[in-house]
Formats: sequence, structure tokens, C-alpha cells
Amino acid sequence: MNTERITNRQVICDTLLKAAQKDRDIVVVCSDSRGSASLGPFAERYPEQFVEMGIAEQNLVTVSAGLASCGKKVFAASPASFLAARSYEQAKVDVAYSEVNVTLIGISGGVSYGALGMTHHSCQDIAAMAALPGMRVYFPSDRFQTAKLIDALLGDEKPAYVRVSRSATEDVYDEKTDFVLNRAGVLRKGRDAVIVACGEMVPYAAEAARLLEEQGIDAGVVDMYCLKPLDQETLLWHARNVRLLVTVEEHSVFGGLGSLVSQVICRENPMKVLQLALPDEHLVGGTNREIFHHYGLDGEGIARAVKAALI
Amino acid sequence: MDGLTKKAYELRRDIIEEVYRSGAGHVGGDLSVIDILTVLYYEVMNVSPENWRDGNRDRFLLSKGHCVDALYMVLGDRGFFDKQEAIETFSAFGSRFIGHPNTAVPGIEMNSGSLGHGLALGVGMALAARMDQKSYRTYVVLGDGEMAEGSNYEAMMAAAHYRLDNLCAVVDLNRLQISGPTGQVMDSSDLGEKFKSFGWNVIPVADGNHCGQLTEAFREAAAFRGRPSVLLACTVKGKGVSFMEDQKGWHHGVMSREQYETAVRELEVALA
Repeated sequence: MNTERITNRQVICDTLLKAAQKDRDIVVVCSDSRGSASLGPFAERYPEQFVEMGIAEQNLVTVSAGLASCGKKVFAASPASFLAARSYEQAKVDVAYSEVNVTLIGISGGVSYGALGMTHHSCQDIAAMAALPGMRVYFPSDRFQTAKLIDALLGDEKPAYVRVSRSATEDVYDEKTDFVLNRAGVLRKGRDAVIVACGEMVPYAAEAARLLEEQGIDAGVVDMYCLKPLDQETLLWHARNVRLLVTVEEHSVFGGLGSLVSQVICRENPMKVLQLALPDEHLVGGTNREIFHHYGLDGEGIARAVKAALI
Repeated sequence: MDGLTKKAYELRRDIIEEVYRSGAGHVGGDLSVIDILTVLYYEVMNVSPENWRDGNRDRFLLSKGHCVDALYMVLGDRGFFDKQEAIETFSAFGSRFIGHPNTAVPGIEMNSGSLGHGLALGVGMALAARMDQKSYRTYVVLGDGEMAEGSNYEAMMAAAHYRLDNLCAVVDLNRLQISGPTGQVMDSSDLGEKFKSFGWNVIPVADGNHCGQLTEAFREAAAFRGRPSVLLACTVKGKGVSFMEDQKGWHHGVMSREQYETAVRELEVALA
């Protein structure tokens, strides 16, 4: 239980603070986003390793690329809605094409901003970023996985996009859980169905599996935080053992987890894939939890959809 | 003709050879920017094939990346690679000498070509120099048509905010872009006022095809402290080839055999 409600944003800051003690080349760049990214403590502790760009996301990304080309290990954090849309060309050309050591942190992705509405939702970032050659895409679930992912990314020099949600995510792991970069997490195995999820949907998928178990349905849960490169091996192992594959994501139905999984499944192991995602429409306003519930993206909604698809 | 001017004319001849053979390139802009590149690479910047991996080398970014044809000739001539290979394979299938700067070519710092990226990359490089207490300088060459890109103004603001006096921009003011005169397409005639109002040190260069004037302006920029500098270099598009000068059609025109021979003859006369 994440009783202290620690967000993944805070965990990223803590991880970078720890790493910066020994590494003067770690640089954090923000676009008036140090508060919303929970990176204020980093800016205070290491002002010489922090760069403020003001509300200028295109500049944020290109300046980050320039810093990285001179040996800096850059973490550029901005709301996913602006980072992955307004700065898309900068991510394409200056980060992915030039293959610089920049990790783009898309904070408050998906419908995290709730009632702030469509301008602030980011439901296409995974599709967009995954289409860029050279860009890796991650959407971690809980705080333990987030910390281990950032640690792993500090260990290489390649570009990456990491989306994190705004609110605290329920724990699904603990500190001791093994983490291997680009290997999906497996919460449980199932005989009837497997639910493949990412980000904040992972705890909901686990809840759905518990609800289904009460109804006699055995559903596995796979945490595909690594959207690109997708962990095909784990995906196919689970797919081959069940009748139904379900994907759940806080993203548009186009180009996200469901699309990326289906691409592999169509080629390697054709079977029915139930895709639970945000619809291709202007979304209803409300808190993120209300929005999830409305579109069937919570434990109850997922369980209901899985059960219906299995009949 | 002094040494630098002679070098710039020799490089013009190489450019004509390169673009004629390939049937590609942006010859008008190549000929307007070549003096700026020559002065930077032969007089101003501390960068060479020998120190190319040295962290304290000066950095160069061609933000108006479509004029990479000219940059290839300068880098090849400076020994970063075999110039003849660039002349023979520019824009050919599978060649690393493609139509925009890319890091597969030694001497090119970053991939560029989409306009409005170079200045912000330069801001990042200049900030890194300050963090590492290194003395290298960063130079960025932009086109005047390119100054319509909004991202330039984000970078201008940040460069002034951080007082990056180790950053020097150059605008190749040839007053023509693909659709016509820059003043008609999107007027940037008051660029000096714009840079000034953003907090930059503005250095006008009356003849941006004059190596002596450019050398002096770069010295002035290097000596200026506390703010970034920009050279507004008034150039002539197609400079050095009479029928190309000040003609928008030569933005990326392709020469006939006769035109090629005329261009080469004119440049050889100038060199003699």
C-alpha cells in the first residue's frame, strides 16, 4: 500500500538527487515545470545542474539536446501534453535523430489533469514518440518500478521518453522486486486470459484479476511498462497460454499499448485482442478517476469487459 | 585578392562542381554563405580534424542546413574527409553526403535541416561550456528567411537571459527565399531591432561577402562580454556568379552545361 501517496514524479526527483551526488554531468531542464514535475528539491540542491527554460517547450527540448551533445546527461521534464505534442519535431530531430543522451519526462500524462480538459490531456504521446526511430518509450506503473527505471536509464546514453501520471499510483511491487530494463513485469499468470497494462492501469488490472478470480476466471496480469522496445517474449509466452488477450491503457485507441501489442500478436500468434483504451473522441471532464470509471478503465470496468469477451 | 578571399572563391568553384554533378543542392544560399563559413573555419574557430574530439573545440551549427553543400566543401578542404568524395557523391543514393547536415559526416556536430533548431542547440552548447568552465565558443549560422520560425525567438530570449557571451549567431541576410524577397514573404528587415530588444549585442556587417569585414566583426563579437552577439551579414544570394546574383530562381536552381561552364569561367577569371 502506498499509504504516504508518494507520486512517481517525487520518486524521479529522489532518484536524480541521489545520482547527482556522484555525477556532476546530470542536468535537469524544466519549462516553468519544476513544481509540477516535483523537481523543486533538485533545483534547490543543485542549482548549477538545473536549467530553467521558461514556458518554452520547444526550446526546452532543443537546448537539452545541445547540452547532451557536450556530455551532459539530461532529464527534461514538462507536462506530457506539451512535451510530446508542441515539441514533437524537436524530439524527432534534436533528440532521436541526433541520438543524444536526453530523457524526456512527460509528467501528468494521459488524463492526469482531469477537469482541465482536452488541451491538457496527453493521450497520443506514446503513439507519437514510439514512431520516432531511436526513441525508447516507457510508462512505469508504481514508485518502485519508476525508481528502478530511472536508475537503469542513468546507465546508458540513449534517448528515451518516460511518461508518468500526476497522482500517486498504488504499489504493485516492493523494493526487492527484480527489475530488468525492457523486460515486462509479471504480476500473475492466468489460464483463461491475460491483461497487459501499463502505468496507472496496472493496479486496476490487478484489481480486475482479483474480481475475476472470485467469478471463477483466471486472468494473468503483465506490466508492459516498456512500450518500445516491447517485451515480445514475455507477451507471447502469456498469449500462448490463454484464450483472450486484453490490453488496458490510459491512451488513445490509436498507436498505444493496444496497437503495439496487436502488431506483434497479428504476426506471431494471431488471436482475439480486447483493447481497452480512451476512445477517439473529445473526452468528458472530471477527475482522472471519474474519467477512468466512465470509460471502463478501472478494476470493475476491466473485469466486466473481460468476462463479457470470454463468454 | 587576399588569402581568405581567394580561398572563398576556390570553394565557390568546388560548390559549382558539386551541385552541377549532383543536379541538387541550394547553390544561391551556398554562394551567399561561403565567405562566412570560410572566415569561421580558416580564421576564427578553433576546430580542425586534429581536435575534432576535443571537448574544448569551438562548436559550429549550420541552422540553415540546406546550404550544407557549401559546408561540405569547407570541411573537406580543411581535411575532415576527402572533399572529392563529397563532390562526387553529394545527394547520391546511399551517400553520407545528404542534403542536410548529419553526424555521419566528420565535422558536423548535430543533425539539422529543419529550420529554427540551430540557435537553441547553440544555447545548450554554450550553457554546457559555462557549466564545465570551458572556453570554447559556439557559432550558429541562420538564414534571414529562417528568422520567421518562432523557435528562434525562444532561443534568443534564453541566450540573453543566461547572458551567453560565448554564443555568436550570424544571419546570412541575402534577402531572398524560395518564394521571393524575404521582405515580401515575411518581413524581417528590422532584425537588428528584434535582436537588440531581446538583449543581444548586434554587429551589422555591411558586406557579408567581404572576408575582412567578417573577420573584424567576429573579433568584435569575441571581445564583447555579458551578452550574446549576432552578426547581421548583408550578403548577395548567388554571389560570384553573375547570372545567379540576386535571383530567387537560384535558391535551388539546377545549371545547364552552358551555365555550369559560364560559372566556372567567371570564378576562374576572378581567381586569376
